Amino acid sequence: MAEAEKTIEIEVLRYRPEQDATPVLQSYRVPFTDDMSVLQALQYIKDHLDGTLSFRWSCRMAICGSCGMMIDGKPKLSCKTFLREYHLARLRVEALAHFPIERDLVAGVDDFIVKLESIKPYLIPKEPRRLEQGEYLQTPHQLEQYEQFSSCINCMLCYAACPQYGLDSKFTGPGVLALLHRYNADSRDGGREQRMELVNAEEGVWSCTAVGYCSEVCPKAVDPANAVNQNKVNSARDYFLRFLRPRGTSK
Amino acid sequence: MSPPRNAAVSGRRPYMRSMNGWWRRDPFFVRYMIREATALIVAAYALVLLAGTLCLSQGEAAWNSWLAAMRSPLSVALHVLMLVAMIYHAYSWFEIMPKTMPAMFVGGKRVAAVTITMVGLAAAVAAALALFVVAWMLRP
Repeated sequence: MAEAEKTIEIEVLRYRPEQDATPVLQSYRVPFTDDMSVLQALQYIKDHLDGTLSFRWSCRMAICGSCGMMIDGKPKLSCKTFLREYHLARLRVEALAHFPIERDLVAGVDDFIVKLESIKPYLIPKEPRRLEQGEYLQTPHQLEQYEQFSSCINCMLCYAACPQYGLDSKFTGPGVLALLHRYNADSRDGGREQRMELVNAEEGVWSCTAVGYCSEVCPKAVDPANAVNQNKVNSARDYFLRFLRPRGTSK
Repeated sequence: MSPPRNAAVSGRRPYMRSMNGWWRRDPFFVRYMIREATALIVAAYALVLLAGTLCLSQGEAAWNSWLAAMRSPLSVALHVLMLVAMIYHAYSWFEIMPKTMPAMFVGGKRVAAVTITMVGLAAAVAAALALFVVAWMLRP
């Protein structure tokens, strides 16, 4: 006798701006196998049950950062979360918290992109080198100062975990500040002065109250809370040191 | 957030969800709120000790009445509650401490967050014990 097909109920918070005044829950029953991710379940819904469901995805292997969503209230990558963790229970998915819902599981990320651009997320060389001078060298210890922060995939789970960002979206936020620190902490970079203005601003590190959930949900162990909070020390140092510097040397 | 530039054409109508009751949504946020709330109890106890110091400066009678107030059953019960709150606060404080410091290296290896937390907690326990020993040796 064939084993009865196992299924799981998936509740999706749907929002279709042309027809829904507010988001509504819709339930789907999806076949369940041990190796199925939440993303695969959503793809099953779109392919077999309801083609109107919208969600973002790309790589299916936790490196593109597209498929972040709230799964049973927690920010997670849907490709890295498996149905077996929820089997027998119902599972609820919702667009990333603290962002506007654009449609269904698609969050509006315009604010994040603007902030990401603002921190100059690229190396600003300390000393320009000509090609014949060779590459910029770095010791393993220098690499270790920023390596973890360079693992960020811009998935924005940390923003969905940050109540301070949810309460006031002017806050630059964990992920972007971690990337800012990634460049400031790089021995080859000389852009620190340009970025400190963003760190020191009220919307910079000082809007953080060390909740620490951003680091908890990060799928890449970036530890954004660490980047933000050690920059409170840098910002305070910056503030006091400018009284010692000759006038006109800092902004 | 300002409405999308071509909202009328694209049909965009982003929906913002409410933050009401946000701290009840996740046990992590509840623990955070307890950490923040117990800080107020730490501050309150500093005021209790300050009151004691003021009484001490007012002479023996004032000091003795403060001591008597501290020995009342209500005060003892409050002390037990405050002790629990302070222990939780100390624990949660040292738990978040590794996040507030730059990476530490000992002998070329990075010190683990849990080691920093444990060293902090051990220092707090040692300081508390030292205080008890001194208080015990100075007892009348």
